[in-house]
Amino acid sequence: MTATLALNKVSCIRSGRTLFSGLDLQLPGGQLLRVAGANGAGKTSLLRLMCGLLTPTEGQVLWRGQPMAAQREQWGRDLVYLGHAAALKDDLSPLDNLITACTLGGQAADRVGALQALGDAGLRGFERTPARRLSQGQRRRCGLARLVLARAAPLWVLDEPFNALDTTATAWLEGLIRAQLLRGGAVVLTSHQGVSLDDTPHQVLSL
Amino acid sequence: MNTHVAAHPTASAAPQGWLEGFRCVFQRDLRIAVRRRTDSLAAVVFFVMVVSLFPLGVGPEPALLRTMAPGVVWVAALLACTLPLARLFADDLQDGTLEQLLLSAHPLPLLVLGKIAAHWCGSVLLLVLVSPLLALQFDLSASATGVLLLTLLIGSPVLSLVGAIGAALTLGLRGGGVLMSLLTLPLVIPVLIFGAGAVEAHSAGLGVGGHFSLLAALLLLSLFAAPLVTSAALRISME
Repeated sequence: MTATLALNKVSCIRSGRTLFSGLDLQLPGGQLLRVAGANGAGKTSLLRLMCGLLTPTEGQVLWRGQPMAAQREQWGRDLVYLGHAAALKDDLSPLDNLITACTLGGQAADRVGALQALGDAGLRGFERTPARRLSQGQRRRCGLARLVLARAAPLWVLDEPFNALDTTATAWLEGLIRAQLLRGGAVVLTSHQGVSLDDTPHQVLSL
Repeated sequence: MNTHVAAHPTASAAPQGWLEGFRCVFQRDLRIAVRRRTDSLAAVVFFVMVVSLFPLGVGPEPALLRTMAPGVVWVAALLACTLPLARLFADDLQDGTLEQLLLSAHPLPLLVLGKIAAHWCGSVLLLVLVSPLLALQFDLSASATGVLLLTLLIGSPVLSLVGAIGAALTLGLRGGGVLMSLLTLPLVIPVLIFGAGAVEAHSAGLGVGGHFSLLAALLLLSLFAAPLVTSAALRISME
């Protein structure tokens, strides 16, 4: 029952194009997996496949030794997935967005904790502004604030988390990821930029 | 191993109440509906317009209008409910929150039910409450208007529930709105027949118990089946 994400001979064919095939991978807790590759190489597809949003054409994805479809609710609690879009509702404030996202993800979210997390993310003073008025970077920070509250989730899957972030926020996010790895959690991320996380236990997967 | 378990104390904690997910989505969507009142109002205005066109089109014959009223109000309600439903999941797909729903720690059918319930309360309920005013235009008696209101109250949730299946199936398709109407309108014909039929039966002095029982049965059936089917459809659409 170790919290390991395993891919067994996974293939993915999207609209007739083979993105990858026969992919084997073991990601134990405490390790970082960086997925590298050119635009259109299938990085996002791989991440969606790891989350169970996409069914592999061949092979299987196992979490704690079991397929996801057999443990959906547990999987929902164990995983934090932050995709391309920040998953914010434009009409709601960052505070409401964060509390909703945490509740749906099965993480305990009280107002005090959420306000604290938004403060950490550098959104102090914007907690009650409708999300539509936030800048791209601020929206990104708001989505990432969930990671502060998701300490209990053993797996984070982050699609281009460093996009649109300034240097302060980049350092903050790197700190969050380091803390997660030290806690024994696993992190999967894609990134165009070089990430200064290469001193942590990590694997690099080039597509 | 020990450190690992200590580091994730709540990861394997007991799930929170089943209704928490439902409540969370319901509150979120209702709050959004309140902030975007124009969307809900547009459906109501559409409903009022369509119903009001009939007396203008067929002429002011009171007897004719009285016989037509239940059918006209019901058909207009059907269209006004179905059209905005096409957007039920589209916004969530666009901003990425739909993926979060699929990956939630709560059962997806309950979350879907929360979305449908919020949609019904946010836009359909208003439309149902306006219908007695429209019945005036058709010179319906007070008791017949009451029956019409009741049939709409029981029948309109079925429209939302069945419409959600169509919305999920046509998610992300070009021209999904029209396709969705084509898919779901045939499925809600029984609701139309028994809904309008109850008012006609009442006007003819017959009992309406049978009509209401059948409407309630349709409501229970769709309440149980639609969230499950919609969830399955959403998972397929998101692939």
